[in-house]
Amino acid sequence: MSKFFEFKPDRSKYPAMGADGKLDIDLSSQKYTKLWLGPNHPGVTGNMAVELTLAGDEIVEAKTHVGYLHRGFEKLIERRLYVQGFPTSIRMCVAEPDTNEYLIARSTEVLSGYDKDVPEMAQWLRMLSLEMARLQGLLRGVPGQAGTFSLGIGVQWGVYLRDLILDRFEELTGARVYHMYIIPGGVRGLLPDGFKKRMEDNLRDIDDFIVRIRQLMFNNAIFNKRAKGIGVIPKEWVEQYGIVGTNARASGVKRDIRKDYPYLHYDQLDFDPPTATDGDIYARSWVRWQELIQTVDLIRQIMAKMPEKGDIRAQMPNVLHWKIPKGETYTRLESGRGEYGMYYVTDGSDKPRRVNLRGPSYTHAIALLEKMLVNTNIADVHATMVSLQTCPPEIER
Amino acid sequence: MNIKDVFTPFTVWSKVVKDPVTIKDPLSREAAPRYRGFHKNDIDVCIGCGTCEAICENQAIDLVPVEGIETKDGDSGLRPRIDYGRCCWCALCVDICTTNSLNLTNEYTWVDTDPDAFIFTPGVDKKSWDDKEDGWKKPVPNYHFYGQSRIPMGELHAEERVDSFIEFVKGFSKQQAEEEADRCVACGICTATCPAHMGIPDYIAAIRNEDMEEGMRILYETNPLPEICGRICTHKCEDVCSVGVNGDPLSIRWLKRYIADQIPADVDKYNDILYTKDIKNNNRKVAIVGSGPSDLSAAYYLALLGYKITIYEKLPQAGGMMRYGIPEYRLPYDQIDKDIDYILSLGVDIKYNVTVGKDITLDQLHEENDAVFAGTGLHLGRSTRIPGSDNEKVYQSVELLRNIVTGAEVPVERKIVVIGGGNVAMDITRSMARLQKAKYGEVNIITTSLESEDIMPADREEVVEAREEGCTIIPGYGPQEVVIEDGVVKGLRVWKCLSIFDENHNFSPKFDQSDERVFEGDMVIESIGQGMDLSYLSEDIKKGLEFGPRGRVQTNDKFQTSLPWLFMGGDIIQGPDVIHGIANGHIAAMAIDDFLNQGR
Repeated sequence: MSKFFEFKPDRSKYPAMGADGKLDIDLSSQKYTKLWLGPNHPGVTGNMAVELTLAGDEIVEAKTHVGYLHRGFEKLIERRLYVQGFPTSIRMCVAEPDTNEYLIARSTEVLSGYDKDVPEMAQWLRMLSLEMARLQGLLRGVPGQAGTFSLGIGVQWGVYLRDLILDRFEELTGARVYHMYIIPGGVRGLLPDGFKKRMEDNLRDIDDFIVRIRQLMFNNAIFNKRAKGIGVIPKEWVEQYGIVGTNARASGVKRDIRKDYPYLHYDQLDFDPPTATDGDIYARSWVRWQELIQTVDLIRQIMAKMPEKGDIRAQMPNVLHWKIPKGETYTRLESGRGEYGMYYVTDGSDKPRRVNLRGPSYTHAIALLEKMLVNTNIADVHATMVSLQTCPPEIER
Repeated sequence: MNIKDVFTPFTVWSKVVKDPVTIKDPLSREAAPRYRGFHKNDIDVCIGCGTCEAICENQAIDLVPVEGIETKDGDSGLRPRIDYGRCCWCALCVDICTTNSLNLTNEYTWVDTDPDAFIFTPGVDKKSWDDKEDGWKKPVPNYHFYGQSRIPMGELHAEERVDSFIEFVKGFSKQQAEEEADRCVACGICTATCPAHMGIPDYIAAIRNEDMEEGMRILYETNPLPEICGRICTHKCEDVCSVGVNGDPLSIRWLKRYIADQIPADVDKYNDILYTKDIKNNNRKVAIVGSGPSDLSAAYYLALLGYKITIYEKLPQAGGMMRYGIPEYRLPYDQIDKDIDYILSLGVDIKYNVTVGKDITLDQLHEENDAVFAGTGLHLGRSTRIPGSDNEKVYQSVELLRNIVTGAEVPVERKIVVIGGGNVAMDITRSMARLQKAKYGEVNIITTSLESEDIMPADREEVVEAREEGCTIIPGYGPQEVVIEDGVVKGLRVWKCLSIFDENHNFSPKFDQSDERVFEGDMVIESIGQGMDLSYLSEDIKKGLEFGPRGRVQTNDKFQTSLPWLFMGGDIIQGPDVIHGIANGHIAAMAIDDFLNQGR
């Protein structure tokens, strides 16, 4: 049995590197097979395709293909008033829509000089909704990794608990998935009566889930065998490829926008981003599981520290004629997938001149994934892809 | 490998004995109270301002006519129709709704086989969720998409302003004007209501864009007297302003004044801005009788078309009631001159101190010109005809106001009683208060009106300001007799007025004789309306005209009388204010042009 797991690929089968730096793959030799994984495939994290060149069941070359999801959201936002941007922006990444709302709101506030006017209550509510978004993302993402190894039960638990968090979102923001809650100047509603109690009930359920999922994943022989040593990101790659978020933290690089460049009131919260050193799928899963524990704790801290009442939106100019002076800014936050930023340019008119979203998935799913997949087994492709927490809608917007 | 790791995952089987967590019937699940579901609209509260349409980022909302809802002042008669193929349920339309009539319910399931059913007009097309209370409403408090409160206008303090006839409204600064202009939602309800249909949202936009010259061009499209209207317009626009439904209406009048005030009083500059330097003469002539707002408006728009205009004015200066009726503290003479000088610079000829009907006849004007416009206004005072009203110490407000302007002697007594509740009554009250203050150092004036406080025709701000200046205003009393002892006026006897009109809406005041009061006064001023002087119409001309109720000449909707060459407008035809006169003059000018171009 152990010999089977210690199987090492026979390098002699691999194609030679040509003089131009490209692999010399001759498909007509019948040594290699092309396999398209995606764009519509249950194991792919969205509408993205990976073109694999296989030698047997081993991958000798991988190419990421995007373009199936391009909806031109940035351009749509550039043709709308500043206040009309946020309902469009949320669709740029469904996994954590609130992050997009925050980036638009914060960018417009900074450029128009209203960033200091956002009321205290609104700052805490923004933080609450961002952490709730992270929580619902992790509830899907952490057991989702187990799902790639056919451990489906964890996904079912996670999706159920995620629905409970969406219930809280529904109460707070008026919608379950596309919340449209963070608006330039503040937020769109106070906490409903009894919200904190219902939230605490849900968090207690999640506490139980956290124990269960540890038993299911990390105390599981199958998961340990499949996840350890696969999809390794060496520490030096983190700088080379610009890897961020949990992927970087699992490789031993402590990198978290909430700590490094604090925004909102994260500096008033007590937390330390979890890290690991192995850089493999197991390490990334472990860091995310730790982060799930931490997010539950952060939501409890936020609910304890936030004021009881207050204004939710700053006094701003009439949204129909709101013009922002010429300027540019880069706003960023720590999403569940890592640093998530927006480059926002205004030219003094009532619409943005340029909106550019910089998400981590571009690096993770294109440059990094293509390199990581080489030399792995075809059975590990999904696991590797999911472990990077990529979000194809955010790659092409 | 740890042998424990082989068995631990089997602990998940403990979940088998737990109850299922799924909802058996998801369709009956009630959404959260704040959920954003389908729209509902209270169509009786909605005014069809279209702000929802303007903010909708998906163009899912169209304002459409609705059967049973008529277009009227303050209501476009349109209602929002939602296309759920486009709607993204962001509820920006609810957040900006000026009337708070549009809401989202928390109803979110609806199945229909007809795709067109998903385009409907909430409130008009009845839906099962129309009575639902829960759903997304505008967040409270302090959550507004546009400013709710007016930028306060700087004014001289009451004690200061009663000392002189200096204009007491200071006007907006640049910052104030821009902040006030920012509150506009550009719905255009004001434009529809304004008698002259001024492009109000457009010139307010010009203020936001800091383009006063463009603003001036927009003003002059429909109103050639912006300085005057910017001060004393009756601002019907502000009464219907959609921002005013849940907040203060925009100060549209002061914004208009702000634009006009930014352009210096220099006719060359005006001609440059308004592109009126080289107007080609069309060799036709129109005579205009009078130089009031309707006359000046007709003169301006005819002059733009190349007509040679001659104005015949009875008084020594132009402006009509604007100059001789409205006190200087509300409308300074230099501002009247600023507007009129520009109109005269277009080649408009004006002959002062010429009374048509005496110095020159209307027939002569007809012979010398292609058409004639007459807007001679209401310059005759009306008397209450109560006992004692023929005393020499009983005056008419019109003549006193005129005398104040011309510099003729104005009698000022220690105690004055004014009869009347309109704006002219307030004008004479406040003018006499200033004269009293100058002569005796104190204000002692009582103004009484038949109408009670809530239905007084005067602008509310006029009443408030008059009181601030020390005038006593006692509404709801009907004058019965001027009390005269030994030929000297001692005061005015009044009875409490119970109602003014009978069931048929005819003027028939009812009094409570038990509530009798005597207002002491050494002189009494009657200000209960004005009459028209049509003595310039010769008998021959009168035969050709049709007369309606109260001796008014009948015209068509283009202000053309039954004598095709004679057009009439302003207070003698429609009234009752400057902006109506301007609108009349504009329409008449276009009609004169049409009339003279017939057959060409």
